[in-house]
Amino acid sequence: MEFLTTMGLEVHCELSTKTKIFCSCSTEFGGEPNTHVCEVCTGMPGSLPVLNEQVVEYAIRTGIATNCTITQYNKFDRKNYFYPDLPKAYQVSQLYLPICQNGHIDIEVNGVKKAIRIKEIHMEEDAGKLIHDPWEDCTLVDYNRCGVPLLEIVSEPDFESGEEVIAYLTKLKSILQYIGVSDCKMEQGSLRADVNISVRPVGQKELGTRTEMKNINSFKAIARAIEGERQRQIDVIEDGGKVVQETRRWDDTKGMSYAMRSKENAQDYRYFPEPDLVPIEISDEWIERVKNSLPELPEEKKARYISEYNLPEYDVDIITGSKYLVRIFEGALEVCGEAKEVSNWIMGEVLRLASETSTEVEDIKFSPENLGKLIVLVKKKVINRNTAKEVFEKMFSENIEPEQYIKDNGLEMVNDDGAVLAVVKSVIEANPKAVAEFKGGSAKVKGFFVGQCMKQLKGKADPATVNKIIAEELEKL
Amino acid sequence: MVIDDKMIDYIGELARLRLQENERESAKNEMNKIIDYMDTLNKIDTNGIEAMSHAFPVKNVFRKDEVKPSINREDLLLNAPDKSEEAFKVPKTFD
Repeated sequence: MEFLTTMGLEVHCELSTKTKIFCSCSTEFGGEPNTHVCEVCTGMPGSLPVLNEQVVEYAIRTGIATNCTITQYNKFDRKNYFYPDLPKAYQVSQLYLPICQNGHIDIEVNGVKKAIRIKEIHMEEDAGKLIHDPWEDCTLVDYNRCGVPLLEIVSEPDFESGEEVIAYLTKLKSILQYIGVSDCKMEQGSLRADVNISVRPVGQKELGTRTEMKNINSFKAIARAIEGERQRQIDVIEDGGKVVQETRRWDDTKGMSYAMRSKENAQDYRYFPEPDLVPIEISDEWIERVKNSLPELPEEKKARYISEYNLPEYDVDIITGSKYLVRIFEGALEVCGEAKEVSNWIMGEVLRLASETSTEVEDIKFSPENLGKLIVLVKKKVINRNTAKEVFEKMFSENIEPEQYIKDNGLEMVNDDGAVLAVVKSVIEANPKAVAEFKGGSAKVKGFFVGQCMKQLKGKADPATVNKIIAEELEKL
Repeated sequence: MVIDDKMIDYIGELARLRLQENERESAKNEMNKIIDYMDTLNKIDTNGIEAMSHAFPVKNVFRKDEVKPSINREDLLLNAPDKSEEAFKVPKTFD
């Protein structure tokens, strides 16, 4: 039997505000347990929440960037459930009037363009972290993350393949980073995705029963989880069984999912309007102001790079896919004015070193201006390309200033043709055997001379000049 | 709607309350009174009146995104029934 897969995504993204959504505690990642915590975010009796204005601003920004309609009359609702990661025993969220509705993100997979509809985006608070203590067989609770503002971005069930899911997440991540609302670090949990997935035999119209997969924390794991769950559901159906609607947890190391222990009534959240927070009214002016403050988005930037700089689409896709690569590109370009060169450096050395040193692009620390300077130095023939690559490695690891470094280490190219000629002559003189081979008709021995000369010149000459002088000298023999 | 034994058990379970037999009875009575009152309210004609979630005409109460000191961890954990040096301690959780 052939099966079709249908998926929807719920993405949680932590906003990069300085403080939590309802109190002034820091949102900084990695603090000592329970040090970014107060009476509000631990739900002490008598404490009251006050909304962080920046959260609303970021939500509007996200809504506009994902083509949503902004809900102008907003309120919060309580989602009630008992779990120790949530000290109030309810999560403040938005059920009835989410701040953004009916948007879409355009993706492209294997040359096919498709719009993924966004059902809604709502504001809510994150929960605390539970750490299992194996020694005492109990659970320790850290509330630092509790109350960190989240946007939950809910898509329609528009995905038909894992590639589409990955393309959407990649695009969404780059948009969120561009507009500066989240750093989207999956490894730190600031971007998390839950996948709703169902299968149905080809020809069947109505969707199959769906399961929800939680706990997926990398793009690769998402692709594996989707494939694993799709296959599991198909196996169940082909064995004559029925898929049960449930929440499952993906275990990426074991490569399988298992049903989460959940009580029958766990889904009854008894939502009601949050009485401790007053409604939010978003004026036309507010929306207009946010619209005007949005930076150029990936799609617009991509089109401009192609038309303005005439760069290959593939390269532009990679560069504009990350705001951090864009920062390098634009910073270096401003200094050297050579778009093609900058693009080549990014696609080549920058990404090579990042991958070799397992550095995330957001953690690359060399200053983009220095890459621009380096390109100028090559263009002015102060150094050759090979030296530039060496200098760049140093820049990449230690963010050195190239001009000074080249001066301090005497890496300038020998631009004195006389000096090159002297070296060439001495090499020819010292290698009569190779000269004889050359005379005997072996052209490849030329390469040997170039190598010897560059070695004596410590690699600091323009290879083109060396080549030319060697050719001339050999001709004279 | 009537609050019967089944419903009161369900609500009790959601609220994590272990109700004794006599408590169940009185909770049942009280809740049925609340439901009756809702029925009274439901008789009022609210056509054309917009639903409201708050009684006061206050909106857009915001805070600036500025960090203020959190509370001292020792103080935070002071009243916890069980704790480690740095965290609340709770019975082992699943999932």
